Amino acid sequence: MSDEAVNEETEQNNETEVYETSSRGQTVLHTGRNNLLNKIQQLYSDGFTVCIDVTAVDYLENPKRDLPEEIKPERFELVVSLLSHQKRERIRLRIQVPENDLTVPTLFDIYPGTEALEREVHDLFGIDFDGHPDMTRILMPENWEGHPLRKDYDVGKIPVQFKEAPGS
Amino acid sequence: MADQLMTDDQDEQQNESAERVFRRGDDSAILRLAESEVEAYTPDDDRRMVINMGPQHPSTHGVLRLSLEMEGESVLRSKPIIGYLHTGMEKTGEQLSYLQGPTNVTRMDYSSPLFSELAFSLATETLLEIEIPERATWIRMLMCELNRISSHLLFQATNGMDMGAVGAMIYGWREREEVLRLFEIITGLRMNHNYIRPGGVAADLPHGWRDDVLKVIDKLPDRLDEFDTLLTGQPIWHERLQGVGVINTAECLALGITGPLLRSTGYAWDLRKDMPYLQYDQLEFDVLVGTYGDCFDRFAIRLNEIRESIRIVRQILEKMPQGDYKIQDKKVTPPPRARIDESMEALIHHFKIFTEGFKVPSGEVYASVESPRGELGCYIVSDGGPKPYRMHIRGPSFTNLQVLPHMLQNCLVADAVAVISTVDPIMGEVDR
Repeated sequence: MSDEAVNEETEQNNETEVYETSSRGQTVLHTGRNNLLNKIQQLYSDGFTVCIDVTAVDYLENPKRDLPEEIKPERFELVVSLLSHQKRERIRLRIQVPENDLTVPTLFDIYPGTEALEREVHDLFGIDFDGHPDMTRILMPENWEGHPLRKDYDVGKIPVQFKEAPGS
Repeated sequence: MADQLMTDDQDEQQNESAERVFRRGDDSAILRLAESEVEAYTPDDDRRMVINMGPQHPSTHGVLRLSLEMEGESVLRSKPIIGYLHTGMEKTGEQLSYLQGPTNVTRMDYSSPLFSELAFSLATETLLEIEIPERATWIRMLMCELNRISSHLLFQATNGMDMGAVGAMIYGWREREEVLRLFEIITGLRMNHNYIRPGGVAADLPHGWRDDVLKVIDKLPDRLDEFDTLLTGQPIWHERLQGVGVINTAECLALGITGPLLRSTGYAWDLRKDMPYLQYDQLEFDVLVGTYGDCFDRFAIRLNEIRESIRIVRQILEKMPQGDYKIQDKKVTPPPRARIDESMEALIHHFKIFTEGFKVPSGEVYASVESPRGELGCYIVSDGGPKPYRMHIRGPSFTNLQVLPHMLQNCLVADAVAVISTVDPIMGEVDR
């Protein structure tokens, strides 16, 4: 992202702004949810034709984190890693997702390879991807309750039954 | 390398041919049915039926389960059902300190454990902003290339077995054993080594390691020729693999497929060459590509990648520098045993590192390496404490598995085994 592009974006409203930061030398972009598809489409035309990873982070216990001042931190953050083969560059997008509205547009129409990755995020964090062709659990059983990678989902929450243990 | 990347024209052409992976409806290759819906599902055509393959099936490499919609013997749509090996390793990763972390991630891809350790260590080191000693880097490369050899040998063994060439299994296992024995000498363990750790490696190479490595890699080329005799030139082998499970470059890129699967389509992309990490830019090796993107290409690429790895190992043997095998930063590395007897501070450091762990400045990074299956990445978020706030592994097998329905479409159920086998998924990494 060049500076001009950033300036262009700033003129529009808050949601569509794109902020570029650097984390240990790696390029990170921050933008609003509604602008996600837009921005990714633009990056796709810039040569970022491979979506390497989609994951999320639950910042429940760590609300303070390095974000540009303009971006309002929310509980969940969606992290999308893109790769450009031509430029041999990586770029990462971090998108804030508020707890009371866990929906993000799907990237399936740009990168169909995100189908499983988005299902994983849906399964483990409970974030819904709007427009995803098959928004079901992928790793946990279909009738599972809760989302294990959330910070309020305790380790050892499910009692493990040992055969022939005393008292069983 | 650069000239092998697609030009814009080709890009456009390929994009059109990737259209099938974008399909959402009934014409998609993916059977998008929930488990609870399968029983109620009755296809319009009564010749069609949905059958289940796995998870207890010898050729599914562990616990992969496939739902196949069949018409006669052809597969129309399919869906991989995974999660049988899910043990919440990313959650576990949040409970373990950075020093303990490799113990956890090494159990993900159990046939190439050193790569997960490497990705985790690289991510941690980037967060810490430390440079590891040169010898440690070269030891890491040596171990990883040996691991690539053992992993691809495992593929040769299981692939042969899946295709009914039971002899190949014994051959592959025998050769892999030689490499594992070497691992046992160097790391103390045959699998799940916990050898590559943040700050360097766990121990220096043992006395006489050079001869031990040479013994193995001198033996291997002849043994690989046996695979050629046994499989590569054999008409039955060709019949079973050629033209089966074809995929093209555009589809691979759209699906985020990496590793030998992507290279089998004729697209030369290897992180070791294109975005070098460690010291891979100082080594000479070729990136192998296929032509047709079929099962045979994937088999041949893996067989020849073993030869390339042997070439790399030989260069590493020549260039291995002297020096420390781990960083001498007291905050990260436990002090040597001898120091503990004479220095109170060393004892305290040792105690602190093993009880509390070392603190990592807050931030988030992604580090990736080229594992035998493709791009293996590690995303770590640190909140400044001694444990990762979030640790995510981008497993190549997990993403690569998505290619299955597209490869299986319109192929015979007997070929499904060939397709699964040459995708070479490791379920430990898929399910994590």
